[in-house]
Amino acid sequence: MPDLTKTAEETPAQAPVAAAAKPEKARSLGSDAWHDLRRKPIFVISALLILLLIVIAVAPGLFTSVDPRAGDLREHFHTPPNYSHFFEGDWFGYDGQGRSIYARVIYGARASVVVGICVTVGTTILGGIFGMLAGYFGGWIDTIISRVTDIFFGIPLLLGSLVILNAFTSRTIWSVVFALITLGWTQMTRVMRGSVITVKQADFVTAAKALGAGTGRIMFKHILPNAIAPVIVVATISLGGYIALEATLSFLGIGLQDPTISWGIDINSAQKLIRTAPFALFFPAGMLSITVLAFIMLGDAVRDALDPKLR
Amino acid sequence: MRGVSQAKWVVAAVAVALAATACSSGGSSDSSGGSSNSAAVDPAGTFSFQSGEPQRPLQPANAMENQGGRIVKQLFMGLVDYDPATGALRNQVADKIETTDAKNYTVTLKSGWTFHDGTPVTAKSFVDSWNWSANPANNQINSDWFSDIAGYDAVHPDKGDPTAKEMTGLKVVDDTHFTIELTAPVSYFTYKLGYSAFYPLPTGFFADPKGYGEKPVGNGPYQFVSWEHNKAITLKAYDKYAGSNKAKNGGIVFRNYTSSEAAYKDLMSDTLDVLDQVDSTDLPKYKDDLGKRAIDQAQGAIQNISFAMYNADWKDPAKAKVRQGLSMAIDRDTITKTVLNNSRQPADAFVAPGVMGYKAGTCGDACKYDPAKAKQLIQEGGGVPGNKITIIYNSDGGHKEWVDAVCNSIRQATGVECLGDPKPDFKTSRDIITKKQVPSMMRTGWVQDYPLNANFLRDVYGTGAAANDAGYSSPEFDKLAHDADAATSVEKTADLYQQAEAVLAKDMPAIPLWYYKTNSGYSNNVQNVKFDSFGNPVYTDVEVKKK
Amino acid sequence: MGRFVARRLLQMIPVFLGTTALIFFMVHLLPGDPLAALWGDKAPDPVQLAALRHQQHFDEPLIQQYLDYMGGLFTGDFGKALDGRPVLDKITEALPVTVQLALLAFGFEIVLGIGIGLFAGLRRGKVFDKSALVFTLLLISIPVPVLGFLFQTIFGINLKWVKPTVQDSTDITQLVLPAIVLGSLSLAYVARLTRTSIAENIKADYVRTAVAKGLPRRRVIGTHLLRNSLIPVVTFLGTDLGALMGGAIVTEGIFNVQGVGHALYQAINMKEGATVSGFVAFLVIVYLAAGLIVDLLYAVLDPRIRYA
Repeated sequence: MPDLTKTAEETPAQAPVAAAAKPEKARSLGSDAWHDLRRKPIFVISALLILLLIVIAVAPGLFTSVDPRAGDLREHFHTPPNYSHFFEGDWFGYDGQGRSIYARVIYGARASVVVGICVTVGTTILGGIFGMLAGYFGGWIDTIISRVTDIFFGIPLLLGSLVILNAFTSRTIWSVVFALITLGWTQMTRVMRGSVITVKQADFVTAAKALGAGTGRIMFKHILPNAIAPVIVVATISLGGYIALEATLSFLGIGLQDPTISWGIDINSAQKLIRTAPFALFFPAGMLSITVLAFIMLGDAVRDALDPKLR
Repeated sequence: MRGVSQAKWVVAAVAVALAATACSSGGSSDSSGGSSNSAAVDPAGTFSFQSGEPQRPLQPANAMENQGGRIVKQLFMGLVDYDPATGALRNQVADKIETTDAKNYTVTLKSGWTFHDGTPVTAKSFVDSWNWSANPANNQINSDWFSDIAGYDAVHPDKGDPTAKEMTGLKVVDDTHFTIELTAPVSYFTYKLGYSAFYPLPTGFFADPKGYGEKPVGNGPYQFVSWEHNKAITLKAYDKYAGSNKAKNGGIVFRNYTSSEAAYKDLMSDTLDVLDQVDSTDLPKYKDDLGKRAIDQAQGAIQNISFAMYNADWKDPAKAKVRQGLSMAIDRDTITKTVLNNSRQPADAFVAPGVMGYKAGTCGDACKYDPAKAKQLIQEGGGVPGNKITIIYNSDGGHKEWVDAVCNSIRQATGVECLGDPKPDFKTSRDIITKKQVPSMMRTGWVQDYPLNANFLRDVYGTGAAANDAGYSSPEFDKLAHDADAATSVEKTADLYQQAEAVLAKDMPAIPLWYYKTNSGYSNNVQNVKFDSFGNPVYTDVEVKKK
Repeated sequence: MGRFVARRLLQMIPVFLGTTALIFFMVHLLPGDPLAALWGDKAPDPVQLAALRHQQHFDEPLIQQYLDYMGGLFTGDFGKALDGRPVLDKITEALPVTVQLALLAFGFEIVLGIGIGLFAGLRRGKVFDKSALVFTLLLISIPVPVLGFLFQTIFGINLKWVKPTVQDSTDITQLVLPAIVLGSLSLAYVARLTRTSIAENIKADYVRTAVAKGLPRRRVIGTHLLRNSLIPVVTFLGTDLGALMGGAIVTEGIFNVQGVGHALYQAINMKEGATVSGFVAFLVIVYLAAGLIVDLLYAVLDPRIRYA
């Protein structure tokens, strides 16, 4: 969410008009936050994890030499690990098609991470803007935005994604991202709107208005940093949800498809096998959990660092 | 004339939902004992069966999909049916069906048959029923099943409104006799008569077809009790049933399930008595879970992948070698054992075993796994166009696993890129297939309408046949099929169709993969549960244990 | 306040019209022909297919179909599904089941979610907070079907506390297990939102003032802290109630619940515009009512918010 972060980081010394009383402070909130963050183990761990995920997503070949699509049915649900093949990517066992689960987890990172991050960023930006406008201005702007949100909310996910994705002749990661953003921005709008409605009543907003601050300035420098916390909470949790949703779309035959590999697809084909081959589910689901964990921790840390009220 | 219909009504991917045909039946011979340790039987006891909500009114010629179809088959009985154990044709309402030229038939009915409302089953019950069902205005899905009968064109014209309400080929002689005249000889017409579209209807039906579709009155071994939508349909044994397969239990509750996993869980806890099909999730363990109560038997159904023969890519006769090569690149044995958990049997012909006229190995070497030979044949045939194939399938039918495995097998054996191309649901994939817009390959399948090889060949590979998804057209095949239809005995027909099948093995418009099996089970409350080759339990034979 | 509510109720009309129209046309855009699919793996008989299309009015222009549908709607006729059953029957069968299930799940996530969130927020950084973080994280990262199958196997088959599937969807006691599965993901959201909000507000001036005034801890938490912290939670719950009412295909499938999710899935699968629009029409009313209640709750929770 480049825009939001940017404005949030720029939300500098002026912002704490509310937290008040330190107008002489030279450092900006952004650099302040960075200063804090570097010392937080949670942030460091989560940032490193995310970095690792990004490296895996960009260059999966560095981590395994096994072809994730090559299946050998003699290895059908071969349980892990087979130490004699330890360096051939046999760490996690084999799935129902006899493919190396390790290789699939590595190669699946790209699609999953891209879908998760892009959809989260997209819905946050879209929902953030609409929610901010609706919450701040109220009146007819709020009416229109809220009612359009209601209409979109009424579209069943299955129907919406079928219609949208069927319009694409070739389905790629981007068409899936587009569909999920189109159908997913409404919740974020409501969360943001609710948050803004509360914050805009605060004394510091009135004060800023009285001091003659412009609308844009009030919205971005005063309200946004104080209203962003619930948005970050919902966004970081949603990230995992979107990765799982991509899997649901694949299951319905409208999501990613062969030869694309994703955790979602693998979780989906393995989830009913809890009783027979739990490891086939455990590894891709575990990677999903770790990713979600990393982003939630990062979200928590960043929010704490940015939130003027917690300083 | 109908294929493997999909699990399209079922949320979770059911391995197969099979369309089925006549199945009522069973127990002609004495099979009351079963195993030696069978418990005391309660003849009035009822049992439950895993089912789903019928999508059409319960009318004989509307029974296309499995959920409604299997219920209609218990409520009605036709002139003939098929012995569930052998698949052989046997007379039910008919005393005899006589013909000398395979074109003109004289039907004699047994007396003593009654509908559940007490009215007698007469020749008129059949003739009126067929005429009504053939009329397009009555919206019966199977209205074209009567197309063999003379005068069908006037009742069911290709264009414009019907000019007649009755087919001239049907004539009532008296209460127990009627005659059928066909437009051309069809040696196996009596086989077709076992299909549900040919059931009789009571007089009351024609006054209120819609009401009867909700509360059907038939002449079968069971009579209708209630239909609680999305919950259950209840039938009870008809005590005046005149057929040989009288029910050995008090009734059936067809209980609606949204997923077959849920049904399986209920079977394990004896909350459900008879399962339809074990879901793919539980297949690996169901025999351990159920022990002697597990069922694993053959079905008259085949799974294929077909080529888009109408595409320029595949028109060249030399490409037959490529198609055979692709077939040889598929390791059917390993895939059925692993990915499909032995729920299928590798195919060696275009016709399913257990069907009259089935001959083992008609597919020849082309259905045997041989990667080296596969590569060689593909090369000789000039290679796969673009060195890539895609297989279109519907993702609501539980096909993903095996399509992926088939593609893997082809890719690894030959280096040809192979991708599954899932469509969201059955209707979407059918839309592409019937509009002949498939780029290279598609999933196809066939479930017998009646257990005769003609049904697997003529209706699937004949030029312009309704299920000829490949768009295959071979003068040689059509000629043999035509001769076979005109033969004077069913045995000769079956023989001639075997010759036609050899043409298929040469041209390979479709790759036979495997035959379906019934993988099912039953609870501790019931015994003597057997399935017929249509994949339906022999309901009338099920015995409910005394509690 | 009264005028605000009245205005919002009036706004429901265009939203209602907009949604039903949108849904109706979207259903039309779905690929495939459900009538042709009735023939299974066989090309349909063109004569019979044309007759069926005529019977369903599919041969009329789409706009005409929509106007007919809306005309029927205003006289209370929801139209008929492809199998000939009135759509209203389908709605009255499925909706009560889903309402019960949704309310159970909703209650579960409110009580547990807010409870966990409150204590975690008050003890920020302590053991309870950390374990709550891990617990909610676990719930978030386990895919719903996995959780469903897991609970079903443990409580239904191994422990035999409940029947593994729902035998009678109208019996609320049988819906408890599916409701817990359904509510667990939202539970994690609620807990984490509450925790964040509490942790933030605990340092707010009014809390300090309240503490300074010597108010008992319970009152500080109850009337000041919790009340002011609930706004984001209430917003989320508002959207979540709508989502729950919309049915849950996966959970309903696992536990054999014959609810809205299942009915909607089938209707979408069969391209039944009237059925899908009918269900959504009801759902939209629920969404709108939930949205209105949320907005009214803002004013209750935060006295500074006023609606003219």
